Amino acid sequence: MTGVNGTLLALENIYKHFPVKRSFFSAEMLKVHAVDGVSLGVPAGKTVGLVGESGCGKTTLGRLVIRLISPDAGRIVFQGRDITHLAGEELRRIRREMQIIFQDPYSSLNPRMRVRDIVGEGWLVHGLAGRDEIRGLAERLLLRVGLTADAADKYPHEFSGGQRQRIGIARAIALSPKLVIADEPVSALDVSVQAQILNLLKDIQEEYGMAYLFVSHDLRVIRHMSDTVAVMYLGKLMEVSPVEELFSKPLHPYSRGLLAAVPMLGEAPQEKIVLRGEIPSPLAPPPGCRFHTRCFMAQKICEEVCPILRESHPGRLTACHFV
Amino acid sequence: MAKGREHSILLDFLRRLVRNRLAVAGGAVVLFFFVLSAFPHVFSRHDPNRIDVLKVLQPPSADHPLGTDELGRDVLARMVHGARISLKVGFVAVGIATAIGLLVGLVSGFYGGWIDAVLMRFVDIMLCFPTFFLILAVIAFLEPSIYNIMLVIGVTGWMGVSRLVRAETLSLKERDFVAAARAQGAGNARIIFRHILPNALAPVLVSATLGVAGAILTESALSFLGIGVQPPTPSWGNILTAGKDNIEFAWWLSVYPGLAILFTVLGYNLLGEGIRDAVDPRLRGR
Repeated sequence: MTGVNGTLLALENIYKHFPVKRSFFSAEMLKVHAVDGVSLGVPAGKTVGLVGESGCGKTTLGRLVIRLISPDAGRIVFQGRDITHLAGEELRRIRREMQIIFQDPYSSLNPRMRVRDIVGEGWLVHGLAGRDEIRGLAERLLLRVGLTADAADKYPHEFSGGQRQRIGIARAIALSPKLVIADEPVSALDVSVQAQILNLLKDIQEEYGMAYLFVSHDLRVIRHMSDTVAVMYLGKLMEVSPVEELFSKPLHPYSRGLLAAVPMLGEAPQEKIVLRGEIPSPLAPPPGCRFHTRCFMAQKICEEVCPILRESHPGRLTACHFV
Repeated sequence: MAKGREHSILLDFLRRLVRNRLAVAGGAVVLFFFVLSAFPHVFSRHDPNRIDVLKVLQPPSADHPLGTDELGRDVLARMVHGARISLKVGFVAVGIATAIGLLVGLVSGFYGGWIDAVLMRFVDIMLCFPTFFLILAVIAFLEPSIYNIMLVIGVTGWMGVSRLVRAETLSLKERDFVAAARAQGAGNARIIFRHILPNALAPVLVSATLGVAGAILTESALSFLGIGVQPPTPSWGNILTAGKDNIEFAWWLSVYPGLAILFTVLGYNLLGEGIRDAVDPRLRGR
């Protein structure tokens, strides 16, 4: 069922721009360059971490993958099949195979539904279980994610943030998907709860064998979870590397800057790189390399030519003229 | 995690509602008129339609606590039976208005685009007509029966609800749980009715409560003008009409139905505003 080299999901040159009006009185349309030509593969059963600053398009990319929004250009290939333009019944059917875990455990659960109906909705809409069976199935699933069976009859507001996130995880794995988009699944939680949820996600991955596209801005979380890491900046990928290689020797100047900003205990002294300035507006991304306005290695060419993502070192992809 | 916590949203809401004295007073008035219309015979042993020419326009007495009208009918009996008509009109009319408003608002907010544009311009057009004259015009063509009154009040009163529901839908459809339902494979109908509608109902409840007051007032006004509930069926509005002709020597014919309308409308308004305050999340925990 998988494509070349065990690739479960392949994104090919995906674009997504959101049009916005400059003001009420002007007809001029600006575009938010949320995702700007991203190509990325997710192997079956593995975790690809997607890291970047706020507003770089990580969440948009996650939602594009499971077709909650549609790309403007590019191809999404899932299990060797082009799903970019699927609609209606076919799209509904493919959704059994991919699920999403949301960042905000408060807005991601319908406050007017019981937990068993939230968890069991997928079974119901796909006709996999009747109303009478859902209760038992939901209870088993809730126990698996570390809740009690009587949680099934309660409403979401009776749970804490961490418990709610467990409910969200139960919902995501209910249909035994091949791919789960984890969209900052722990960034709204306390640090002590974060670890529990991350370990739960790892255990479940071992048990069910699904692949994760793990979106986060927290490098430590990314390091803990990922096999491969994709570093995103202003809608483009800067570097894609295996996790340990990225953390021991980041190649792209942006990756180096990001890593230098994370305090790590018991590690060799880090490079002193301070990323200057703010992330530019995605309404008007800089020409040439997206990162040149903040890059300590920037040269003349960077302002004019956009570097392509290429295999600069064995098994590692970077988008920089000087790496 | 006792079972009692299951209903804590509702309990919380009731606690905040009960703490609001004006809302409780409004609720008591509403409840009083409910009981009145449910058991009219308990409150008055007279037949509301029994004409007695020997007892025309008698002032309040022990036998007729609120006096008699120009045909010698007992005013209390007519008021008590009229309460049922007024409440029925209020509820059915608001029910119709709410149903139409919900449907239009949900469809408009959920689908957006040209569907939204067309529906909302239609709402604007409907709002351009002075509602009361629209009702008068329609009633002029239809037979002025109680059912037509309900229908016309309902069909001319849904625009506010539709705008309210549209606004709620616009914000709810962007919430993650709607995205989650879509990712689970839920279709549009399921998302609208299972995920958006239940979460959009709270403000509709408030507007419906306030709407009942408005509908009762409209029915009274129409009946007062003689194109509402037709005699001999009693209604607060048409008792008032009879009172108008005899106001110089039979004050009780105007004052009591007037007070009944006043208190009912006031009661619904206070209750509605109390509900609005109680469901307002910004006031939670006070």
